[in-house]
Amino acid sequence: MKEFDLSRMRHGTDLIKKGFSKMQKGGVIMDVTTAEQAKIAEKSGAVAVMALERVPADIRAHGGVARMADPTIIKQIIDLVSIPVMAKARIGHFVEAQALEALGVDMIDESEVLTPADPFYHIDKRVFTIPFVCGCRNLGEATRRIWEGAAMIRTKGEAGTGNIIEAIRHQRMVTSMIRAIKTMQTIQLRKLAEEYCQNYVTSFKTLTNQEVDEKTVVFDSSNYVTIKKEMYEILKETKELQRLPVVNFAAGGIATPADAAIMMQLGSDGVFVGSGIFKSKNPEKRAKAIVEAVAHFDEPGKIAEVSKNLGDAMLGIEISTIPKEQLLQERGW
Amino acid sequence: MVAIVTIGVLSLQGAVSEHLASMNRVFQVEKQKGKAILVRQPQDIDVCDALIIPGGESTTISRILVNSGMHDVISERINQNNIAIMGTCAGCVLLAKELIDTKTDLRLLQAMDMQVERNAFGRQKESFEKSIAIKSFTTPYNAVFIRAPIITKVWGTCKVIATVGKEIVMTRQSNYLALSFHPELADDLRIHRYFLEML
Repeated sequence: MKEFDLSRMRHGTDLIKKGFSKMQKGGVIMDVTTAEQAKIAEKSGAVAVMALERVPADIRAHGGVARMADPTIIKQIIDLVSIPVMAKARIGHFVEAQALEALGVDMIDESEVLTPADPFYHIDKRVFTIPFVCGCRNLGEATRRIWEGAAMIRTKGEAGTGNIIEAIRHQRMVTSMIRAIKTMQTIQLRKLAEEYCQNYVTSFKTLTNQEVDEKTVVFDSSNYVTIKKEMYEILKETKELQRLPVVNFAAGGIATPADAAIMMQLGSDGVFVGSGIFKSKNPEKRAKAIVEAVAHFDEPGKIAEVSKNLGDAMLGIEISTIPKEQLLQERGW
Repeated sequence: MVAIVTIGVLSLQGAVSEHLASMNRVFQVEKQKGKAILVRQPQDIDVCDALIIPGGESTTISRILVNSGMHDVISERINQNNIAIMGTCAGCVLLAKELIDTKTDLRLLQAMDMQVERNAFGRQKESFEKSIAIKSFTTPYNAVFIRAPIITKVWGTCKVIATVGKEIVMTRQSNYLALSFHPELADDLRIHRYFLEML
């Protein structure tokens, strides 16, 4: 890096964080566990890589507590590739997030794939310089994460299963609700904002055994009335735009080019592929095919073409065979 | 300026809809007859008088450009000198003749006499907004730099339009305009208007 007059440069603004997410649109972000895999991802056309210790399928198989990846691996990946490097922090674990920011990671995924660290709160993402992506199952979760400062939202899906059904469920849950609020009057929208705030209220009540009034500080330094007002503003913007006001990716169960393309046709801005690539028979070929499928998501001939001879996809898991307490999507609120 | 212009926004990856919206707003404000369209296939380029290559990941955009055959179509138009192109961030990288990069091989469109270094301001935490002076603009412009490239060298007829300190961040050479920042993220439409006036 060269010498600059840094004094008048403004870093970590909302525009820069949300702008970074916009640069990822139409792209594929790939999970990688080694520098070699990161290089393959970059060569295959990934817009970014997600550095982690084990892919979700292995986390699921292994059990135990899943944490932030070893900084050594993350640093190796940062040094080897020129595309952005993202990494996962546990839900609520703001110190893992601080460490990742210090390492030079470009975006943090506050992820349910790792074992949650805080039973009450997600990370206050507004205080960080680098942007965050967070998972959601519905508009309520999406709105809360955006309010907490997430610059990108993704579906949770069900990571490590190679099964697309949960990602489609979550995408449909969000888009259907956005359509539903189109006709809502101010008063109804304010009520919805209040409903979406109740998770903060519940956490506060559990922690203090006290009732919440308008002035009660329920998340970081924000009081209840402020959160309600700001959540309403997010919902109002969502209603007007008829989409989430931040970039919206698909994640959790994408295993084939057609899986990626269906998420794009359902309105995703891009896709995360976790176990789907490096748990398949021919990672490089599959990675390239998924990149092409996302770029040409509305051209069926192209999807058919790139889907040929990819070798076996990851085996995958039927969701109903997973015990409820092992569902990753249930983590976080 | 041609009577009715068609400006294509290369729609492969990156901040596509933002450029489309900015360009359409300029058409609206200027009451200029013209339209901005999405360019997704090689044949889409045929109807375009001008092209915008948006910000995104230059390695990804380059790969899809080459695979789809669009790289050759755009190169041909550049050789015939009958297309105007604005490249922002990743687009700026692709317009350059040379690249300082030891890590990646990507195919450039080589339209402009300049050398570019990718991500030269640093990683995302070093990304920034800053007021800069742009030649022919009467007031400062708030530029948004995201893992931005720097134009490290210009030669021939390539002219410097804006700098940050000593670093070159905007250049013009005949029909081509290169910016290492993102005018599509700002409400300020002056850059898109400037590009339209180049036609």
